[in-house]
Amino acid sequence: MMITFTIDGDEVEGEKGQNVLQVALDNGFDIPHLCYHEALKPYGACRLCQVEVTKGGRTRLTTSCNYPVLEGISVQTNTEKTTRARKMVIELLLARCPDVPIIKDLAEEYSVGEPRFKLDNDDCILCGLCERVCREVVGVDAITFLGRGSDRKVGPPLEINPKTCIACGACVYICPTNCIKLEETESERTIVRWERTLPMKKCKACGRSFAPWFQLEYFGKITDGIPADFWDKCVDCR
Amino acid sequence: MKKANNPQELEKIREEILALRDLDKPCIAITSGTSARAYGSEKVVDTFRKELKKHGLAEKVDIRVTGGQGFDEREPLVIVHPKNILYQRVGPKDVEEIITETLLNERIIDRLLYTHPQTGEKSVSKDEVPFYKGQMPIIFGNNAYIDPTKIEDYVAIGGYSALAKVLEEFSPEEVIDTIKRAGLRGRGGGGFAAGVKWESCRNAHGDKHYVICNADEGDPGAYMDRGLLEGNPHSVLEGMMIGAYAIGSDEGYVYVRYEYPLASENVKIAIEQLRECGLLGENILGTGFNFGIKVNRGGGAFVCGESTALMASLEGQPGEPRAKHIHTVESGLWDKPTNLNNVETWANVPLIINKGVHWYTNIGTENSKGTKIFSLVGKVNNTGLVEIPMGMTIREIVFNIGGGIPGNGKFKAVQTGGPSGGCIPESLIDIPVDFDKLTEVGSMMGSGGMIVMDDKTCMVDIAKYFLNFLKDESCGKCTTCRDGTRRMYEIVDAITQGDGQEGDIELLEELSWVVSEASLCALGQTAPNPVLSTIRYFRDEYEAHIKDKRCPAGVCKALISYSIDEEKCTACGKCKKACPVEAITGEKKVPHKIDPEKCIRCGACITECKFDAIEVA
Repeated sequence: MMITFTIDGDEVEGEKGQNVLQVALDNGFDIPHLCYHEALKPYGACRLCQVEVTKGGRTRLTTSCNYPVLEGISVQTNTEKTTRARKMVIELLLARCPDVPIIKDLAEEYSVGEPRFKLDNDDCILCGLCERVCREVVGVDAITFLGRGSDRKVGPPLEINPKTCIACGACVYICPTNCIKLEETESERTIVRWERTLPMKKCKACGRSFAPWFQLEYFGKITDGIPADFWDKCVDCR
Repeated sequence: MKKANNPQELEKIREEILALRDLDKPCIAITSGTSARAYGSEKVVDTFRKELKKHGLAEKVDIRVTGGQGFDEREPLVIVHPKNILYQRVGPKDVEEIITETLLNERIIDRLLYTHPQTGEKSVSKDEVPFYKGQMPIIFGNNAYIDPTKIEDYVAIGGYSALAKVLEEFSPEEVIDTIKRAGLRGRGGGGFAAGVKWESCRNAHGDKHYVICNADEGDPGAYMDRGLLEGNPHSVLEGMMIGAYAIGSDEGYVYVRYEYPLASENVKIAIEQLRECGLLGENILGTGFNFGIKVNRGGGAFVCGESTALMASLEGQPGEPRAKHIHTVESGLWDKPTNLNNVETWANVPLIINKGVHWYTNIGTENSKGTKIFSLVGKVNNTGLVEIPMGMTIREIVFNIGGGIPGNGKFKAVQTGGPSGGCIPESLIDIPVDFDKLTEVGSMMGSGGMIVMDDKTCMVDIAKYFLNFLKDESCGKCTTCRDGTRRMYEIVDAITQGDGQEGDIELLEELSWVVSEASLCALGQTAPNPVLSTIRYFRDEYEAHIKDKRCPAGVCKALISYSIDEEKCTACGKCKKACPVEAITGEKKVPHKIDPEKCIRCGACITECKFDAIEVA
């Protein structure tokens, strides 16, 4: 069922169950966001994708990533209030992570100068993309949020070597600040931040080491109807 | 208690219980809630049991161990019935005397009576004590008549008659209509109309509906819900059952704060008793209504008092809130329609059913009906739980019930609504306390915390205290709450350290706007209130800290210094002994001196000095 509403005065259509941010992005509207990814459930953590939504005569500031598309609402993506809120969010994130390129770029775009707060030296903005991709897509729950309030961080449960991590690198790929690094040698792959090192398997056809043994075993377990030797060869040789 | 198969049988059981009770029989009621236990009430109870036996009175005198009766500062309380004589701060050593003097010889023991701190006047009967006189204890007052571990006590005062009435005579819609017309608003914080919430939940599509009692009370200094759950758990459960019938739910949860073991135990006992007598389970009172309740202890996070975080926690997920664009009445616990109300809200329900809408709406103000229980704490003579009709003024609460400010202190402000609330200054002391008025002046009702502050309280320090609490209790999920409250704390902390800068107040206001507008849940959205309300009413104090590097209340250690007034000092040497860092020097008969370099401004000398010779500037 299609739902019609407006974004900055333009009529747009979304499907029931979709959120405002996705429809806006699909229609070419520019709303900054750091914790949203279309493959994952909306989370609403970074607070950057603020828009003003008018519903039933009442207008309020809200995040667009977790706001459901509703018939007849009117969304404003660029108002005095959205800018005010986004600028402060960027200033808070910049004070937290002063050397992270994506935050520095946002600060420049929104003319946020030197933060008025004490500078930290963090590289993680706690967007939770890594945690969600690991849980929702990969399905291994190798990392989680630890602590609360200003002590919150992401890491393996109990901060010990995550035994379920298959070193697939999904967290590395999705991290907007590039703070999760993957290192690889001929024999090993390491996800540096989680201190997870796994031995690599060599392709039976070309001899190149292509993926961790543990990861291929996991794929074998969760897939059906794939011949066992499928996992013995690299992507190029399959 | 025997099983009641229908409303008539329940009435019969009630008559049987009452027939066995002799109202003229002497009864010793001893409070033994958490605060009384901290004062050793369990020993008092044991001693009474032993001593009554020794005097051959075990059969002639009843003992009733009740939950708290409000006056927690004076615990343990012993009330001797039928004359309602109130003894306070009773210890095991007083028991023998109470038996021989008061019980056997009808003599009052003067030293155990409540004495007014200012007039010195003593009160004999509980009703004469000023703390109780001004109250309207229609909800909390029942604690006095009930041993919370005995369902018979609750049934004796009419317990479960509201449930029986509703199941027999009301359709679910009629129950909702009654609650709506009574104007009952949620006592947990937001003050949302309970009847409207119930209706939305009933109308929400779903094969299963849940009801939840939020007992994750976490505001510093507030413990109304603990008092109710510990002292009268059945009133809360009866409210939930009526709500469940109205909403169409067969399953309920009581989510109790981890730090409330006694409340949790008493609710569990109550649920077990209800199951035994057929008031919980299948086909309750033969009416076809099925309902079960489970108790869940929280994990120690303040944010789990927020409904979506509470439900996540109940599901076994981390206690983090989610956006409420879809309300929990439509999609709550396990994505099913869920109605959550707090302890006190549920406890109001049986009363409304029994006494009627007309009676209930006569209490309170236009848009805030009924009573509210507050925890009156801080710089006030009589601290404890007080139940007052909505609309009573702050002055009446603090000065009539609370007995005013201790010592020579002067009333400065009252903080209501916990960390989400704000500070109300003396100039507004005559405002009527209700949901709308408190919000209008920049604070809120919250769950009912009321912290009284005197002129020795620094308002910047208070704001810092609440920010510190909030930055630690924020779940950390969203940027504005997690980093926003932390940055606000850093700024306010710097101000109290003498490192405040021009522009700090404006930066705090700017941050406050974003934190309240852009945060995900109510914790963040209301977190700036303590800062904003203190800036609103005590801006001069912030300015004194920032511009003059001075703390007018003499609290912020970095901005004050201690000295000794030579004229007043008698060189008694007490301060010198008390000083933990040996900062005070002086020979006999020579006025003493404080070395400002060594002094850590702990205040030990002030406490010791009998001559008011220590000066703080």
